[in-house]
Amino acid sequence: MNRRKFLAFLGSSGVVSALASVRVAEAAPHVFPYNENSFGVLHDTTRCIGCRRCEAACQAVNNLPMPEKPFTDLEVTNERRRVTAKAWTVVNKYEVNGQPFFRKLQCFHCNDPACAAACFTKCYTKLPDGAVVYDGSQCVGCRYCMVACPFNVPGFQYNLAWDPLVLKCTFCEPLLKQGKLPACVSACPVDAITFGRRSDLIRVARRRFDDHPGKYMNYIYGEHDAGGTAWMVLAPAAGANPGPVDNPDTASKEFKQLGLDTHLGNQPMAELTYGALGAVPMIVAFWPVLFGGAYAITKRREAIAKASVEEAAKSAKDDITAAMDAAIRKIEETEGQAAADRARRAMTEALKARESQDRQGEAHNG
Amino acid sequence: MAKTHDIVIPTKDKLFNLDPLLSLTPGNIITWIILGVGFILTIIRFTVGIGSVTNLDDYQPWGLWIGFDLLCGVCLAAGGYFTTVGVYVMGMKQFHSAVRPAVTTAFLGYAFVVVALLYDLGHPLRLPYMFFFPGTTSVLFEVGLCVATYLTVLFVEFSIAPMEWLSQKFPWILRIRKWVIRITILLTIFGVTLSTLHQSSLGSLYLIAPEKLHPLWYSPFMPMFFFVSSMAAGASMVIFEGLFAHKGVHQYMDSTHLKEADGVVLGFSRAASFILFAYFMLKVIDVLVQANTHWLDTGYGAWWMLEMFGFVLLPALLYAIGARTGNVTLCRYTSVLTVAGIVLNRFNVSMIAYNWNLPSDLRYFPSFWEIWISIFVVTMIVTVYRFIVYHMPVLYEHPDFKGEEH
Repeated sequence: MNRRKFLAFLGSSGVVSALASVRVAEAAPHVFPYNENSFGVLHDTTRCIGCRRCEAACQAVNNLPMPEKPFTDLEVTNERRRVTAKAWTVVNKYEVNGQPFFRKLQCFHCNDPACAAACFTKCYTKLPDGAVVYDGSQCVGCRYCMVACPFNVPGFQYNLAWDPLVLKCTFCEPLLKQGKLPACVSACPVDAITFGRRSDLIRVARRRFDDHPGKYMNYIYGEHDAGGTAWMVLAPAAGANPGPVDNPDTASKEFKQLGLDTHLGNQPMAELTYGALGAVPMIVAFWPVLFGGAYAITKRREAIAKASVEEAAKSAKDDITAAMDAAIRKIEETEGQAAADRARRAMTEALKARESQDRQGEAHNG
Repeated sequence: MAKTHDIVIPTKDKLFNLDPLLSLTPGNIITWIILGVGFILTIIRFTVGIGSVTNLDDYQPWGLWIGFDLLCGVCLAAGGYFTTVGVYVMGMKQFHSAVRPAVTTAFLGYAFVVVALLYDLGHPLRLPYMFFFPGTTSVLFEVGLCVATYLTVLFVEFSIAPMEWLSQKFPWILRIRKWVIRITILLTIFGVTLSTLHQSSLGSLYLIAPEKLHPLWYSPFMPMFFFVSSMAAGASMVIFEGLFAHKGVHQYMDSTHLKEADGVVLGFSRAASFILFAYFMLKVIDVLVQANTHWLDTGYGAWWMLEMFGFVLLPALLYAIGARTGNVTLCRYTSVLTVAGIVLNRFNVSMIAYNWNLPSDLRYFPSFWEIWISIFVVTMIVTVYRFIVYHMPVLYEHPDFKGEEH
């Protein structure tokens, strides 16, 4: 292969890979092949009665500490609670268009989780069954996952000194492995949280929209939001127009009243950082050339400046020598040989004295 | 020339010059009180947990220790790459005497960023795990890798000063010193590459949380904003540190340093003025292209305009006036304003405009002891800086190595 062929080969392979990446960019939202049959849960907030039995079941199954107020105290649902390291699911009351509704909070188990992308020691894993699980054995405790999570899910054990970890809902992964339902799903007395294959749940949700016109907002929260989530939420229309299908803008008011943001976008959150991360190799490759080039230019300038100073000094010296020769020749013609010799000696000595004076001055300045 | 002889230069037989650190001056007494309380807080932090000294919670996992110690610490240590690129790459030899102080403070800045980080991490001893289980999709991984590498580069760049200090006692050090000087330009270019990466990546950290950061501060261009403002911070910090060095350790400066000092202030002011103007334009364009102007007549909008006009445009103008009229004093005070502006910006991104949607009773304000730890870290930096200046040729050229070109 000669050089030209090699370069052509390099060029065409570059074009091909660029085209390939364009195709990837055009592909549909993120559903990884191994997620196709993953499980999910559909949370129907029009059914939830705020009984907190899911909270109690979660506490029991995961050996979490008992909360200060017992699970039978339903008044706490009026507070704006969030999930923490001690309580992996909570149910809060929200006013939607003036009517009370309950929503259960827990990890959404994203298809392409922000926490996993943000973790710099790979503590999080998205499992093929849909669960996003965390292994604390290599956790540094930086809490960037908590910054990254758009749903404010991971909680940190701030009051432990020796082994503080980030904890969150596991989708009851140990139970799923045994073929059992997550504890909260089993405990729900009104089927407000429905377990199933994620793809089936989306169909179930759409059927509910059709069967009960005007009851729901026409939007499945989590179908596409933040790249899609395993847990999805239906919001009550509560008198509002259900709006067109899958429009996050028209559904945003009711979901916002439920504490859910429909403006996260359809991309996984981590994709927002990939442009910046992609620039890293570019900078690594180009900055040394850029600054190396600037350095070379600086050095070249310095060399040129030095050479031109030397050039000027040399030509000045040549001028003096020529003038001296002309003067001596003139003296020889008019005054004779002896006078010319005296003149030459005198001039040479004067020149030497001047040069050594210059050298001293230079040394002094430098 | 006469000034040079007044500097206490450690010799083979008297390596240490600790009197200025131990004498009972008000400054030293305050220093030791801050360090003493900080030491007790350190014990509490590492035996009772992060929650015992901070107000951090699940909504605000990153508070003052990240917002100030990490974001501001790294940004304000930008003087290292800024000065070395100017002198070694661009050939601005008239600023040569600014290189060592800048590299010294940059090295200390980064070293103590890591120290402060250990307080904030739940598992500080596992920090090296990022090399064993690299999460390459994480911006934080890139930040960690670059900061670790750059800290090494700065250590090598800085090492010349301690080597000159110790060379009379341990002459074999001179061989290492020669090699380090030989690779100066390599280290400089490596340093600016790494700095570009992680200065910008500190902004990229927040790209993943658009729903938490106020739209006036959230932008896809945050990496660029962080990098550009770090250049202004680098230039300003050289002037800012000079302001305090001339007050505190003036007697350790030699005639070259004093002769070049005003030129450094004016030259760096001119650069900072241009950079701040550019930064101001970038931010304005960002608000326009993201159609965020409707946020400007809210409370956060007023706060944003205060930051932009009071702490970016105003210092840009003052620097320009100061550099043009040769007003060194004005330039020095403007550097204080600029540094305050950088800190304000990092506070806005990490705390004030972060979680702006939350009701105020769920918002974060640092605890008294959290603030103390941050002051404790700054005091440690100042104390180590003083130790270095009292012992090593940072503000003066060592007589053994005078006139060497590098």
